[in-house]
Amino acid sequence: MQKINREVLINKANELLSNGTINRVFGWEKGDFSYDVTPTIYFTADQMNKKFIFDDFCGANFSKYLVAETKKDQNKVGVFLKPCDTYSFNQLLTEHRFDKEKVYAIGVPCDGMVDEKKIKAFFGEGISSITSEGDEIIVDTLYDGVKKVKKADVLQERCQNCKSKKHVYYDELIGEDGEVLDSNRFDEVEKLEKMTADERFAFWQNELSKCIRCNACRDVCPACTCEKCVFNNPNSGVENKSPANEFEEKMFHIIRAFHVAGRCTDCGECSRVCPQGIPLHLLNRKFIKDINSFYGNYQAGEQEGSRAPLTNYTKEDLEPSEAVNKGDN
Amino acid sequence: MQVNEFKPKIVAFCCNWCSYAGADLAGSNRLAYPAEVKVIRVPCSCRVNPMFILRAFQRGADGVIICGCHPGDCHYTSGNYYTRRRMALLFSMLDYLGIEKGRTRVEWVSAAEGAKFAQTMNDFVQTVTALGENKRLEDLRCKK
Ligand code: SF4
Ligand code: SF4
Ligand code: FES
Repeated sequence: MQKINREVLINKANELLSNGTINRVFGWEKGDFSYDVTPTIYFTADQMNKKFIFDDFCGANFSKYLVAETKKDQNKVGVFLKPCDTYSFNQLLTEHRFDKEKVYAIGVPCDGMVDEKKIKAFFGEGISSITSEGDEIIVDTLYDGVKKVKKADVLQERCQNCKSKKHVYYDELIGEDGEVLDSNRFDEVEKLEKMTADERFAFWQNELSKCIRCNACRDVCPACTCEKCVFNNPNSGVENKSPANEFEEKMFHIIRAFHVAGRCTDCGECSRVCPQGIPLHLLNRKFIKDINSFYGNYQAGEQEGSRAPLTNYTKEDLEPSEAVNKGDN
Repeated sequence: MQVNEFKPKIVAFCCNWCSYAGADLAGSNRLAYPAEVKVIRVPCSCRVNPMFILRAFQRGADGVIICGCHPGDCHYTSGNYYTRRRMALLFSMLDYLGIEKGRTRVEWVSAAEGAKFAQTMNDFVQTVTALGENKRLEDLRCKK
């Protein structure tokens, strides 16, 4: 099988750009450091040759950018999508956020993205470069020379608990498609559920008190695409400001997670971008887990057009009082 | 006499068509329920979004109860079915964050159930009194 690397993707993009299928393409761009990769738009293969990158740090999910980008003109936009990104893409289609006729989706394989925060925690200060070779990550440090670490040990949390290597949407697929996986993504949630209420309260108080309300988690979230957000409402008293106290911390996080309940695809972007390392996925996954257990298994984004659990009901749904007791065990 | 000064503040969101009328009936029948219960009338139980509940706690409530028509009887056909799902998830999330589960409740009370209304409120006030003051979702700036 042909190895899927940067050149293969550039060639594919070049082909689509020159035959007129698309006139621009979303891709990852090399940053100042090898690990700070940014999303960008390329108009020519030449630009891609200079800056395009496809490696272990290409975590960014482009789906949400399509909402604004497809409205700019009548041309088709190309986009590279990893398996988990396609769930977000599908969810956005379900919510009629953009027209799929204006997008050409190129599915690319993914064997897990690396979390630079974990590498930094491993090696401390003075990292001058990070490169990957097979399943090893080579880290060059200013003070300690060259070090190696297993890629599996520094994967992003969402990749360690990857839910699917299967693309649920694409116009064209590069490489072979994977399978939906049996992940352990609810284990941490279960651990918390087993704690006492006091322990849980202390755990969350500690985590949420780190929040600086930078709004990155909301801004990056492909499920958060409302044009007017409650957190931008001047009358809310919590408009674009850091939390004044524990109440505001909890309010922000409960409401943020609730607003994506049943629509969150568990893409993990929120936890990835949080500069404070708050495990936001543990809030989202609580809702996902509860939805699965109360209303039957549901994976947002898996199927375009599926009806979200919170815009649906059955006459036999359980009562809220039963729900809190069920959540216990 | 036992000294127990704590009187909880309770916010009761009642849907206009059933539970608010149920509260009315409780009054006409002279059925007593604690004065600590402050009723807020909403057009339908599903008008209550999670923010209302958090806000009530922020502004000093010790317990929040939502009352609506019985499932199947909502005057907008299906509003209370949505309420039921939303609140099931929200209450479970509050519990997950370590907030006492007795502080929130949903009850279905029809316009004919004055007695049930009074009893529900008595019962809820008792539960919340036993839990004590709301500390975990309080906002000190709003304290008197
Ligand atoms: S990204 Fe992190 S710090 Fe920023 S608002 Fe979200 S939770 Fe708070
Ligand atoms: S809440 Fe987080 S995991 Fe869920 S869709 Fe938004 S960014 Fe992705
Ligand atoms: S009108 Fe009473 S719950 Fe909808």
